[in-house]
Amino acid sequence: MAHILPKRVYYTIFAILMFCTYLTVQIAFFDLGVLNTIAALGIAVFKATLVVLFFMHLKYSPRLTWAVVLGSIFWFGILIALTMSDYLTRAWRTYG
Amino acid sequence: MPDAAPHHTAVAGLHPGLAHHFDSVEQQTEATTLGMWVFLGTEVLFFGGLFLVYAIYRTWYPDAFSAASHELDVTLGTINTAVLITSSLTMALAVHAAQLGQRRLLMVFLILTMILGAAFLGIKSLEYYHKFAECPGPACHVPGPAFQFEKAHVRHAQIFFSLYFVMTGLHALHMIIGVGIMTWMLVWAWNGTITKEYYSPIEISGLYWHFVDIVWIFLFPLLYLIGRHGH
Repeated sequence: MAHILPKRVYYTIFAILMFCTYLTVQIAFFDLGVLNTIAALGIAVFKATLVVLFFMHLKYSPRLTWAVVLGSIFWFGILIALTMSDYLTRAWRTYG
Repeated sequence: MPDAAPHHTAVAGLHPGLAHHFDSVEQQTEATTLGMWVFLGTEVLFFGGLFLVYAIYRTWYPDAFSAASHELDVTLGTINTAVLITSSLTMALAVHAAQLGQRRLLMVFLILTMILGAAFLGIKSLEYYHKFAECPGPACHVPGPAFQFEKAHVRHAQIFFSLYFVMTGLHALHMIIGVGIMTWMLVWAWNGTITKEYYSPIEISGLYWHFVDIVWIFLFPLLYLIGRHGH
């Protein structure tokens, strides 16, 4: 039978997600240069990870499910990494 | 009222929700859940293409993107993020209620999820309305012939707003489909199709809902927050 989580897990995750939303909005108002993007994406990845692990029960899912999830992220990584490695190394292009 | 599960042939002694090609309800739940994750994998790449385009143009035109982002309503964006995260909580609690066979509670949480989903769409429509109401005019930020922006960024800001409307529009379409799925699940909860043993329809509907939430978790900072400082 399925792993049934106690309700307090969901409330805790919800509270962390809300706090992270508050945090990401606050950080956005400070000029941190490139760190703004890193912080925004870092917090977004952290929030998404919590949703996937607990709300979507991945933490308690079989390994095959883990393979599909990590595989999806990996393919998305290829899409971004290969394309950006091209676009970011076009030295002849002027940015801005 | 739709038939409870028309494609499931009931076999004496077995759960009515168990399709004949599965050995057990557990196996069926595992298979349907895996199938949903595979679908969500295709969704990652579906949205991924748009995130890629965003990444390319933002690295090319960071100043225009920052200035254009500043024209979005960060308050409404933040409220909508909170609304969507809350809807994910009610969805998770709906799955929890389904697992315990609490039919009434399941229905309550499904309805709450739908209300929050509709609230998100309402706020989003309001934002769209504000944008379209400015056209034609000096603050028209809807891509097209009437588009206006400070001269230095006018062409590149249009790319930002095109991405804004396409990405949030596609996300909103997923939300509308999600509310539709919840309506369907509400009927199944109400007519007793969903039971403690056969709750996988709620589980996989939940996976879809949480996925759409995750897309927004990335859209919100990338669209609304990048231009907050320095403008």
